[in-house]
Amino acid sequence: MDGSLFIQYFVSGLTYGSIYAAVAIGFNIIYNATGIINFAQGEFAMLGGMIASSLARSCPLWLAIAAAVVATAVVGVAIERLLLRRVSRFGVLKMIIATIGISIVLRELALAAWGESVRTVPFFTGNEVSSISFLGANFSPQVLWIVGAIALVAVALTLYFKLTLTGKAMRGCSASRDGASLCGISPGRMVAIAFGMSAAIGAFAGCVVAPLTQTHYAIGSTLSVKGFTVAAFGGLGNSVAAIAAGFLLGMLESFSIVVVPEAYKDVVTIVVLLTVLVAKPTGLFGSRAAGALKEY
Amino acid sequence: MRRYLPAAAIAVLAFALPPLAAATKTAYLLTQLTMSAYYVLASLGLCALMGYAGQINMGQAGFFAIGGYASAFISKLNLASRAASPFVAALDFLGLVSRGTDSYGNAYLSPSPALACLCAILLAVGVAALIGTPVLRLRGHYLAMATLGFGIVIEKIARGTNALGGADGLSSVPAFALPGGLEITGGRAARSANFTISWVVLALGLLLLVNLIGSRSGRALRALHDGEEAADAMGVDTARYKLKVFVLGAAYAALAGVLLTHYNGSIGPGEAAFMKSVRYVAIVAVGGMANLTGVLVSGLVLNFLSLRGVFGSFDDAVFGAILIAVMLIGPAGRGLAARLRPRGASAAASSAAASAAPKRGGSP
Repeated sequence: MDGSLFIQYFVSGLTYGSIYAAVAIGFNIIYNATGIINFAQGEFAMLGGMIASSLARSCPLWLAIAAAVVATAVVGVAIERLLLRRVSRFGVLKMIIATIGISIVLRELALAAWGESVRTVPFFTGNEVSSISFLGANFSPQVLWIVGAIALVAVALTLYFKLTLTGKAMRGCSASRDGASLCGISPGRMVAIAFGMSAAIGAFAGCVVAPLTQTHYAIGSTLSVKGFTVAAFGGLGNSVAAIAAGFLLGMLESFSIVVVPEAYKDVVTIVVLLTVLVAKPTGLFGSRAAGALKEY
Repeated sequence: MRRYLPAAAIAVLAFALPPLAAATKTAYLLTQLTMSAYYVLASLGLCALMGYAGQINMGQAGFFAIGGYASAFISKLNLASRAASPFVAALDFLGLVSRGTDSYGNAYLSPSPALACLCAILLAVGVAALIGTPVLRLRGHYLAMATLGFGIVIEKIARGTNALGGADGLSSVPAFALPGGLEITGGRAARSANFTISWVVLALGLLLLVNLIGSRSGRALRALHDGEEAADAMGVDTARYKLKVFVLGAAYAALAGVLLTHYNGSIGPGEAAFMKSVRYVAIVAVGGMANLTGVLVSGLVLNFLSLRGVFGSFDDAVFGAILIAVMLIGPAGRGLAARLRPRGASAAASSAAASAAPKRGGSP
């Protein structure tokens, strides 16, 4: 493999790794707050991209993205308030089934609203043909936006959980629900915030990658599986590790083309998932102690 | 005896419905009822795993597709050029090949569908045992995601492999000849016979599970469902029972896949899709999880309505909404059927389950 091809694959891995990491962070926020895995996580990214693609036709791009993020966050909070809160008493198996049901309904609503066509969001700078040359490889400036956006999300979240009162309250809640409510924190409110944040991050990531990867009503379930793979790979609940794991999986997928036909690309991910789950369920980076701390 | 009633009813209907349908000029409905029966067979296998052993499998459609694809692929192989090899000659001697000429006038010599069916089920059982051993060590979300991933792998492989027809799947799958001049195939002439075959298979599948649930293994499974550690402490080999019922469920799905593929004459990668697995789970959930009769009824009704196109373009959405609704409505999320059952019966059932942990190896 020559140098420019290597960089080309590397950039592609970086792009896909970013969105996987964003979905994984969404999984982790909800997992830390509630101890459940929200199987509808990939649908948030789909919704964000779809809403932004519709709004961007009639208003400035930044406004379309902001509106898409807010709208998806509202959907996330509504799901928790109206549905999951009523199911949560009934245990893990039921929660899994309920969130899968929600993901199917969101997907089918998107199909009814937007149809089967593949949609896209305008490029943030330039257009589909503009490219940056780097060491003989060419890639879209959107790649820089994607990586930058994910970095921004990671930094913002770290600061939020470390510095703000609500962020600390959320951490307290995930460390001990009862302890937190004794200190006057409402766990129910924290869970609702977690769903809103998780949906917003998913939607934001969906908007940022949509110019490059395009979006479609059915991308959610694949994104959920890959996002979960990354979350498990990094250690469930550990979002910094999720970013590293996201890039790792993105690279693995993009370089797998060298040895495996393109059609089997997703198989590589899932083999990674199964291997990680079976061999090291605590994840590559997560020790048992780190998992127990559940700090963002 | 009461527990055999549903299976007996299905067996009676298998023979009673075709004349009735012919008399009322609704024989066209038998096609969807036949297909529903095969889909229900796959759901029953999942019911044993989810309802009784309490383990989730989000990849049941993967096993269905393994069965269907393997049987279609094997029964479409043309061994005519290798007719002289000892292996093919041995198969021929055992009556396990079918021969004839295709529509282009070329002679073919293929493994018989019966042999293909056997191979397909063995393949599914092998795959289930292979992935089940590590995967069933997982619980809750991890198990759900791992089995979901398995289903997607099967779909991607089917979609990406040219030998399996890629996105088009395999078609022109030969009819499955059974003893007594019957064969599993589409077409109007064979419609009512195929309905009877499918419902008899369904009744037999149900009978086997009813017996299993009522046996010592069934009690062990329920103990496993109620509390894995407790069952383990009572001497139930939890890992072995989980694997056994997982493999059994896979075999049911594979058999259903084989029979439906020969009935339709084709199979596509859509049969392995995530949405199909969701449907099997939805049917088990509506049926009340640990309730074979409930699953039987909900499966027949939902599949029939879906295949008749009653839900229109909201077909998938209906199944998603059902999942949410069942989880919201159920008292402890135990499904609609459990709510309709009289209170005393369900209390008796749960106390029976609680006291049913078998003891092993205690006697001198």
